[in-house]
Amino acid sequence: MSDSPSHESADTDEPPVEFSLAGVRNGFTEGTPIALGVAGYGIVFGVLARQAGLSVAEAALMSATVLAGAAQVITIELWATPIPAIAVIGTTFIVNLRYVLMGAALRPWFSQLSPLKAYGSIFFTADENWALTMGELRSGSRQGAYLLGSGLAIWVFWVLATVVGALAGSVISDPSTYGLDFVLTAVFIAIAVGLWDGKSNVRPWLTAFVVAVLGAQYLPGRWYILLGGLAGCVVEVARFDE
Amino acid sequence: MSSLALSPSVVAVIVGMSLATYATKAGGFWVLSRVTVSERVEAGLEVLPGAIIVSILGPELVNGGPAEWAAGAVVLAVMVRTENVLLALLSGLTAVLALRTVL
Repeated sequence: MSDSPSHESADTDEPPVEFSLAGVRNGFTEGTPIALGVAGYGIVFGVLARQAGLSVAEAALMSATVLAGAAQVITIELWATPIPAIAVIGTTFIVNLRYVLMGAALRPWFSQLSPLKAYGSIFFTADENWALTMGELRSGSRQGAYLLGSGLAIWVFWVLATVVGALAGSVISDPSTYGLDFVLTAVFIAIAVGLWDGKSNVRPWLTAFVVAVLGAQYLPGRWYILLGGLAGCVVEVARFDE
Repeated sequence: MSSLALSPSVVAVIVGMSLATYATKAGGFWVLSRVTVSERVEAGLEVLPGAIIVSILGPELVNGGPAEWAAGAVVLAVMVRTENVLLALLSGLTAVLALRTVL
C-alpha cells in the first residue's frame, strides 16, 4: 500500500500517448518488411480463393474487410455451393478469438486515445503488426498511430497480393497438375509451425487431432474442425491447474 | 464467371465474416477493461488457432497417401529450418508432384 502513491506518480510522469501523421508514417515504414512477408500468404490465398469459386473482386473484398489470414484460408477450406454461411462465419469468429487478448493488451495506451482513433486503428490489427506495435509501445514510444501505420502497410500488401494470386488462379484450369490440391495442406502445416509454442502444445494438439479424425468419420459436414479445436481448448483449460 | 462479379450471397457472407472478426478485435479492447479473464481462460484462447489448424490437417493427412505424407514432412522440415513460408510451400509442391509420378 505504502508504495502505491509513488507508483501512480511514475505513471503520470509519462507523456500522453499521441496520435500523429509521423506515427502513421513510422509504423508504415517499419511494417513494410513484414508486410512483404505477409504478401506471400496473400498470393496463396488469392489462388486458393479463385480455385474455390470466388471471383477476383470477391477475394479482394474479403481480404480488404476481414483482414485475418488464417481465418480466411480456413474459410476457403469450408467454401462450397451453397455457402455454409453459419459454419463459415462461426469458424471465423472462433479462429479469431485470440484477437480478444491482443485487443485487451493495447488497453494501457489506446484508452488514452479518442474512441474513433482507438476503434478505427483496431480494425487494422493483424498478428504481425500487433506484435510489432506492442514491442514499440512497451519500449516507451508514445506513438499511438503506430498500429494504424503498420496495419495499413499490411492491408495494402495483403489486398494487392490477393488480387495477384486470384488473377493467377484464374488461368489455372486443373489444380492437381501443379499439385495445387496439396497447397492448402502445405499452408496449414506452415501455419502450424508458426503457432507451435513448445511442449505444452502437445496435449491440446494431439486431442484436437484425434477428435477431428473421429469427427470427420462420424459427423456430417465440416463440424469436426470446430469440434477438434474446442476439444484442444478444453483440454488446455482443464490442464491449467497442474 | 467474370472476375469482377460480386454475388449478393458471397458479399453477405463476407460482411458477416468481417463483422465477426472486428467483434473479436474490438471486443477484447472493450470488454476486458470491464471484466478480468483468468489465466486459465487466456491459455485456452491462446491454444485455439493451433488446435483448429490441427483439426483441419488431421483428417486430410489420414485420408492422404504416402506422397502427401512425405511431402507434408518436407514442408514441416523446411519450415522449421528456414521459417520461410514460400520456400516451404514450393519444396512441398515439388515433392508432392515428384512423388506422385513415382509412387
